[in-house]
Amino acid sequence: MKILLNNREEIFAEETLSVSEMLKLKKFSFKMRIIKINGALITKDKYDTTMINEGDNVQMLYLMSGG
Amino acid sequence: MRISEVKDHLAKFRVGIAGAGGLGSNCAVALARSGIGSLVISDFDVVEPANLNRQYYFISQIGMLKTIALKENIARINPDVVVIAHTEKLDRFNIPEIYSGCDVVVEAFDREEMKEMLIETIQIIMPGIPVIIGSGVAGWGKNETIRYRKVDETLYICGDESTMADDDYPAMAPRVGIVANMQANTVIEILMKKTRDYFHV
Repeated sequence: MKILLNNREEIFAEETLSVSEMLKLKKFSFKMRIIKINGALITKDKYDTTMINEGDNVQMLYLMSGG
Repeated sequence: MRISEVKDHLAKFRVGIAGAGGLGSNCAVALARSGIGSLVISDFDVVEPANLNRQYYFISQIGMLKTIALKENIARINPDVVVIAHTEKLDRFNIPEIYSGCDVVVEAFDREEMKEMLIETIQIIMPGIPVIIGSGVAGWGKNETIRYRKVDETLYICGDESTMADDDYPAMAPRVGIVANMQANTVIEILMKKTRDYFHV
């Protein structure tokens, strides 16, 4: 499938992936983050059950301490 | 557009500031100077000597609640700004109540767990209210790494998105100030595009 990840095209061999699987495949290990799929915020407890599908717009940002 | 027209327009809006540390105090002052109508500022901390390297407070205010000190400082800059101060710790339950009626909310916490909690609460419970995040302010130099990114109509990020502040890599006035002012600048950009023909307060 082809998705948009932070406005860049990403191609995966899989037809669908859970958020957890995608994070593992991309080796995104930093824990403090916000993820939105097609504009909807996905909380951590939904990472295993929320699926990413063809054409989805996935936005991810990291939260850094300091302010 | 003249500054008086900008101020007349911004006076119609209310902005929430979550946290009154380096990001929150500097962002609030920039918005006050710009003529924002009202600010809802939350923080439960008191001013400490270690805050003065980057936060908009004075030696004489050490020991004061940050919200009270900031309200005092804003009144000395622009007494027309209405400051509504909250000193309870923010959580998922009181955020929707405290920030209801705000046109935009600025995320200005220090700790990343609090940042996450605020962003999730506003995005889920208060859909449509833009949140302006500060993420990545630590250290010095590296101007070129500080950026602004609009995720969508309700989520904006200011900061380098990579540096974490700690004892050996402190948050300091210049970079914190840059990001705080980028957040204020983003608030103004959003509000200047909004139309409203009445005053909020």
